[in-house]
Amino acid sequence: MAISKRVVLHFPPRLVEQPIIYQLVKDYNLVLNILKASVTPKEEGLMVLELSGAREDYDRGIQYLQETGVRIQSLGQNVMRNDARCTHCGACVVICPTGALALDPKTRMVNFYEDRCTACELCVLPCPPRAMEVHF
Amino acid sequence: MAKTIAEINEKIRQGQAVVVTAEEVIGLVAKKGVARAAREVDVVTTGTFSPMCGSGAFFNLGHSKPRIKVGGGRAYLNDVPAYTGIAAVDVFLGATAIPDDDPRNRVHPGPFNYGGGHVIEELVARRDVRLVVAAYGTDCYPRKRLETWINIKDLNEAVLFNMRNAYQNYNVAVNLSDKTIYTYMGELKPDLGNANYCSAGQLSPLLNDPYYKTIGIGTRIFLAGGIGYVAWHGTQHNPDVLRSPGGVPRRGAGTLAVIGDLKQMNPRWLAGTSMLGYGCTITVGIGIPIPILSEEILRYTAVKDEEIFAPIVDYAEAYPQRSPDILGEVSYGELKGGRISVQGKEVLTASLSSYPRAVEIANMLKDWIIKGEFLLTEPVVPLPGVEAGITFKPLKERPIEE
Ligand code: SF4
Ligand code: SF4
Repeated sequence: MAISKRVVLHFPPRLVEQPIIYQLVKDYNLVLNILKASVTPKEEGLMVLELSGAREDYDRGIQYLQETGVRIQSLGQNVMRNDARCTHCGACVVICPTGALALDPKTRMVNFYEDRCTACELCVLPCPPRAMEVHF
Repeated sequence: MAKTIAEINEKIRQGQAVVVTAEEVIGLVAKKGVARAAREVDVVTTGTFSPMCGSGAFFNLGHSKPRIKVGGGRAYLNDVPAYTGIAAVDVFLGATAIPDDDPRNRVHPGPFNYGGGHVIEELVARRDVRLVVAAYGTDCYPRKRLETWINIKDLNEAVLFNMRNAYQNYNVAVNLSDKTIYTYMGELKPDLGNANYCSAGQLSPLLNDPYYKTIGIGTRIFLAGGIGYVAWHGTQHNPDVLRSPGGVPRRGAGTLAVIGDLKQMNPRWLAGTSMLGYGCTITVGIGIPIPILSEEILRYTAVKDEEIFAPIVDYAEAYPQRSPDILGEVSYGELKGGRISVQGKEVLTASLSSYPRAVEIANMLKDWIIKGEFLLTEPVVPLPGVEAGITFKPLKERPIEE
């Protein structure tokens, strides 16, 4: 089965000058599309890639990256609530289009239902204490 | 039954005071009636946790070696400008101050991520804050530049002094125009897309003492997790507005100036706040105890959301143009129900004031009093009341001719 995924790779400085991406193509048969890269010698490097190939090759390739010490994040973006900052004011309930932020009429607390959240980010800036955070 | 504050304090000291919150007293009066409830209850506690722009703090930074005269110079705390037009090493930081290079509303709506309120929160959280000063230098204060980390624990004084807090009632904001507007009442969607309100209603301090019979200058209060005092009536204090038969104002009316030691406070109750497209501010927690000195005072504290009305105001046209028109009145009971009717349209409501946190404040204050840690004070002077003849004056512009 062929798959295609977007990932963010963080290279620690010691790996920046290693031919890691070359290996990924050569040894794991992956096709890659570089969406963004900022790699300077001796500094942490960052690369956003779209990796395509057979599922098995993809999994092995990711494992190889992990073993070399590259940190991998998936680009499936998430909006999360920082519960320590949320004051339960309720300003967001008229902004969230999906009902993921909804008032409990009994306690008057604002509940966040992650499963209803589409990560549209509409609530992020209007939240007065900025409790809604975008995570990658 | 008339009790005195001294008698109530004696009961507090003996651990015998009966204290309930302004929410609990409603049910108590419904069950026992005013006369009996007034005999039994000694103190009713209130609370509110809302963005309050009329807030700020004074700091005494201490003297550097060699000395620098910050007064009359420029001072920045985490890039946010502080007011220096006072004594040599005192500064004032207002909640709405923003860095000189903040993009503001150049791309509308500006995010206003960080301002004076956020710096105050960081200081209260005991985090280090960067102080940068440029001064002109004098014989006795020769130094001209200063860049250093500071921490609240090393400052001589850090005093929260809010010139206007705890508004007694407030507008309900809507938008009649056809585009989204960004206001200090939050994001208002077009064509009556939502209605935003900002009051704790039945728990709000001044709505429980509508004629300022107990809250006055010198009243000891819960201020952002510490102990503070009412310092004065707040700016724009305007008691003589339309009131319900029970005495509760139906418009924005009284306000409070409050003061307290920032070092005692807690960032949970003093939160840096960003109003998209409007600016920075701070969300402040205030709780005020009301001594039940008479049946009349108890009756005031038993007011409920259904009996408190607020005006609905269009923030697209009427508010900015200072037109007195309102679109109707609505009770906090209806507002808290989640939808109201405006011009025949059903409109979803949202609050900017946190009711759960107001409940928490009223309960904390109740606990302090029950434990004997917090005694009530006799006001030194009452706040100006309806009879004071205060009128809320607009700015009368007089052109300056060259
Ligand atoms: S607007 Fe922000 S602080 Fe207020 S309830 Fe929603 S998430 Fe919490
Ligand atoms: S990101 Fe969108 S869907 Fe998720 S909570 Fe915020 S407004 Fe609702």
